[in-house]
Amino acid sequence: MQEPEITEDLIAAHGLTPDEYQRIVQIIGRAPNFTELGIFSAMWNEHCSYKSSKKWLRTLPTDGPQVICGPGENAGVVDIGDGQAVVFKMESHNHPSYIEPYQGAATGVGGILRDVFTMGARPIAAMNSLSFGEKDHPKTRQLVHGVVEGIGGYGNCFGVPTVGGETRFHAAYNGNCLVNAFAAGLADADAIFYSAASGVGMPVVYLGAKTGRDGVGGATMASAEFDETIEEKRPTVQVGDPFTEKRLLEACLELMASGAVISIQDMGAAGLTCSAVEMGDKGGLGIRLNLDAVPQREDAMTAYEMMLSESQERMLMVLKPEKEDAARAIFEKWDLDFAVVGETIAEDRFLIVQGNETRADLPLSELSSAAPEYDRPWAETPPAEPLADVPQIDPIDALKALIGSPNYAAKQWVYEQYDSMVMADTVRGPGRGAGIVRVHDTGKMLAFTSDVTPRYVRANPKEGGKQAVAEAYRNLTAVGAKPLAATDNLNFGNPEKPEIMGQLVGAIKGIGAACAALDMPIVSGNVSLYNETDGVAILPTPTIGAVGLIPDEDALIDGQVREGHVALVVGETAGHLGQSALLAEVFNRADGDAPPVDLDAERRNGDFIRARRDWITACTDLSDGGLALAAFELAEAAGVGVVLHSAETHELFGEDQGRYLVACNFDQAEALMVAAGRAGVHIETVGRFGGQDVNYGGVSAPLEELSALYRTRFQDMFG
Amino acid sequence: MKAAVIVYPGSNCDRDLAVAFERAGAEVTKVWHKDTALPAGLDIVGVPGGFSYGDYLRCGAIAAQSPITRAVIDFTHAGGHAIGICNGFQVLTETKVLPGALMRNAGLKFICKTAGLRVATTDSVFTRAYDDGQVIHLPVAHHDGNYVADPDTLKALQDQDRIAFTYTDNPNGSVADIAGVLSENRRVLGLMPHPERAVDAAHGGTDGAAMFRAIAGLVAPA
Repeated sequence: MQEPEITEDLIAAHGLTPDEYQRIVQIIGRAPNFTELGIFSAMWNEHCSYKSSKKWLRTLPTDGPQVICGPGENAGVVDIGDGQAVVFKMESHNHPSYIEPYQGAATGVGGILRDVFTMGARPIAAMNSLSFGEKDHPKTRQLVHGVVEGIGGYGNCFGVPTVGGETRFHAAYNGNCLVNAFAAGLADADAIFYSAASGVGMPVVYLGAKTGRDGVGGATMASAEFDETIEEKRPTVQVGDPFTEKRLLEACLELMASGAVISIQDMGAAGLTCSAVEMGDKGGLGIRLNLDAVPQREDAMTAYEMMLSESQERMLMVLKPEKEDAARAIFEKWDLDFAVVGETIAEDRFLIVQGNETRADLPLSELSSAAPEYDRPWAETPPAEPLADVPQIDPIDALKALIGSPNYAAKQWVYEQYDSMVMADTVRGPGRGAGIVRVHDTGKMLAFTSDVTPRYVRANPKEGGKQAVAEAYRNLTAVGAKPLAATDNLNFGNPEKPEIMGQLVGAIKGIGAACAALDMPIVSGNVSLYNETDGVAILPTPTIGAVGLIPDEDALIDGQVREGHVALVVGETAGHLGQSALLAEVFNRADGDAPPVDLDAERRNGDFIRARRDWITACTDLSDGGLALAAFELAEAAGVGVVLHSAETHELFGEDQGRYLVACNFDQAEALMVAAGRAGVHIETVGRFGGQDVNYGGVSAPLEELSALYRTRFQDMFG
Repeated sequence: MKAAVIVYPGSNCDRDLAVAFERAGAEVTKVWHKDTALPAGLDIVGVPGGFSYGDYLRCGAIAAQSPITRAVIDFTHAGGHAIGICNGFQVLTETKVLPGALMRNAGLKFICKTAGLRVATTDSVFTRAYDDGQVIHLPVAHHDGNYVADPDTLKALQDQDRIAFTYTDNPNGSVADIAGVLSENRRVLGLMPHPERAVDAAHGGTDGAAMFRAIAGLVAPA
């Protein structure tokens, strides 16, 4: 086949600027051919190269005594004691999910699971953070159904419990939904696998599913804005096969246990290109690939197509040559393709051969290391407009408006489509703060949460970034877990616009400050930019996925409130209503600043909860909707009423940070008050649990009525 | 007691089932789908939940043709005990070891939650530990759990007291609220709910543990 001529249009279609093209010509000393242009575009697009964000990502804290492996590998690795490690990451699949929701979301789950088991870990928990447009937008319903089914369809079949997540709705996502998938796995700390190849002349082995034309150019697509031609991009979305992924998992873990694996890399974005370059670059080696040996699903594929295909459920490994036969036997047992497709070479070359012809011959290390890095101009987000007067409102009417909105209604319609209990280690599934799974065959448990409040980040990127981390810290703390580390999934608009870049910079600064103060280093992450349609950006959405350790059953806080329990708030209430859920849902307003985050207070209050765990039966963090919503949720989960003394809108619905709602008996409440006084922690009694009504400041409604509204609203809107 | 758990390439509750058997005191062997025979001296075989061969076709349809499934069928025909859970139930109906079929849930969505079940007969090894009419709670997690049977089959199941469990609040549209059925010789149970996910306090419920204890205690060594 005649390869197309390299023209200005073709270069632009590959998402490369004229400057970037000139740089390529400089590096290789000649014009690239079509395949080589494709390889460069795959390596240098935003999705793979982080060219707009790298400068700022470097500022994040990534170290700590608990960190075994920070960012840069397929997933982060964190020590959980007893020679065990938790391996986790969160990654977006936004653009594909908007174009083809079922497959886009499904392959997002598949990709993140592969990232985890590529490191040698068996996935034990999944979460997802979803952002959709307004409920009445014509696209929203189809996206919600498709995305939720896609996540379930993949995760359920693969056999990983989905134990948590978030689902939000806002007009800013009308043209770009967000699908952020998190996975965590368990491994022995001394049996982690990395991507760096080593040794010259080692076989490069292709494993898993066959290569087809699906997803060609997907990573480049994910690095561009959408416009009205979006439907034409459907063929760039890959198709998932969770059954193959399940077999790939088992085969990989078996192969790793056999001692045959030198290095391994999953084929995700830009498939064969990215994985091979990564392994070579990290090992300081070149790679020679023979495309004729690649298992193919379609006829007459060109080198260009094979190098850019994003067919799913594929892996690349460098194997010990003497173990090749044993490795092949394992893959045959699982009926998966296994093919030696190349070898490591001493020269710094990425050499692609097909039909005895050289299709690409590029300096390997520069493909990765010479990727452009931009210090994009950025504009500090201007201070938020001051909060206008907020009228007093009937607290029960306001509560009804919140729990009747898609954002705060119970989400069982969503999470009951996910298998949350497979593996039989789930202690707490979705719907109640952090999800918890046991570390199989031990007394330890791991807690997982994913958090961000995009309204805050828009108003004040730095405080919003801090808040996302702080809320994750609190959600873990509220179940008795010690937060260990976090993964960040940064979703923003077009970074070439200084105001968007300003949001990204501000959020990263805030995340960094909070991670440092709360000892939650970022160990993995993903950046998704260009989430814009026709020039309109999403709310800045830096999703934080975090993991905490519950050392034993005694440390776990997982009780239900009971009749007669005292309701206490730990942390100070000032009544901050700026950017609150109340403003957004009840008054349709978005004024005021985001609530400030006092990281010292966060730390102090969190330590207090863990230290006084024995006196706490039930606990939840206060976030969106403030005390009013948190108290309702705790009461509703137990089927017990609640009385809060205050009738003040700002006290009930204010979203001051660093706070927890605690339920315990009277004696324990007394003890907590005394201990808090000694520890310098603010604590106050705000009411009690009991009866059959929800009564806020003397206004009440039957719990049963509110519960019915809360439990049926989402289903009524989307079912 | 010796139990075997079948492992198809897409099984994902095989470990959970093995753990539940072991907790009840059984010695468990996992049997790979490409094997053609079950271990000797077996008391019970468990067909676990999951997605046997991906189940892109009808659930359990390909598993019904697999080499090891032939051995499971022979074992049950020879009077052996067997339990098929979720996908395992689908496999046992596809092979006609158990009557009826499991269709797409009435709501057309995958559903995972804890379901109330009424013990409809105590006349089996699997249900003997419960009281007649007792309500227990077990997790369900399936896309295709809508049990159907023609009127004659349904009548036979009812007349012969072979309905093991019914849902107290039918989640999937199953005929007569059926959640689990027994074979004619009462030695094979198929059920959509997952008793192996409720054997331990940390699961939030232990109503499944009694079933495994009863199996371990009451299946006589061969």
